[in-house]
Amino acid sequence: MIWAYLYNIVFYASCGVTVVATLLMISRHNAVHALLYLIVSSLSLAIIFYLLGAAFAAALEVIVYAGAVMILFVFVVMMLNQGQRSAALEAAWLPARGWIIPSILAFILLTLLLLGMNSEHPLQPYGVHGVAVKDVGIALFGPYVLVVELASFLLLSGLIGAFHIARKMPSHMDQNTLDEAGNG
Amino acid sequence: MDNQYIDHAIILAGILFCLGLVGVMVRRNLLFMMISIEVMLNASALAFIAAGSAWGQAEGQIMFLAVITLGAAEVAVGLGLTLLLFRHHNSVDVDQLNKLRG
Repeated sequence: MIWAYLYNIVFYASCGVTVVATLLMISRHNAVHALLYLIVSSLSLAIIFYLLGAAFAAALEVIVYAGAVMILFVFVVMMLNQGQRSAALEAAWLPARGWIIPSILAFILLTLLLLGMNSEHPLQPYGVHGVAVKDVGIALFGPYVLVVELASFLLLSGLIGAFHIARKMPSHMDQNTLDEAGNG
Repeated sequence: MDNQYIDHAIILAGILFCLGLVGVMVRRNLLFMMISIEVMLNASALAFIAAGSAWGQAEGQIMFLAVITLGAAEVAVGLGLTLLLFRHHNSVDVDQLNKLRG
């Protein structure tokens, strides 16, 4: 039946896009290019999560990985390139060949998405035991409430740790940094 | 029930984990190493999701939530450390960052 073929196509094409994007990502010389490939890799993994019956996890993958984590990386890439050479770097960062392959991969993903949505039977998890979000929520706040508490501890300590580590140093350190930036 | 998609998702998770491991070992830029660690976390999350789907249990997605929480905290602290190292040494090359009190 055509529905299973469609599922096959979308699943294996997403797997292929994930592997290709990850391979290209670890072989880039430029951090921004690698981030573009990481976004594509996260998006295609989200499609695989959905096809495996975990729609909530797919949404979280897009929001957290392709959204929040990527914002953090982009911020740090911007902060690591301060000074005079940043303008030249900006121009060198995104030539056409830098974004055209991630765009092609993302276009493949969009095609897969439309393919799954536009058929007579919208693509659904097939042959797997899908777990409803309601069951996940009930389990999360029932027997696994300790995981929620641990996650909140972890995020709070991560927040405080990141703030403490990355804040501006006192005056003499700042002076050193300014001198080095001026020399470089 | 035997399902080829579960098997292939687990294989994909193994491939992604190996790619992330190769990235951590090959790249000498701290930023790229962090990105590769993200790929490895993604791979383990995929393995959890696939296992949860295979058994029809909610635990897979609960562990997924734990994994992405861990990933978010790791990225926040790791990128803070990267920024600090860059401010001290003006470099994120791990071959140059080989002294603890350098």
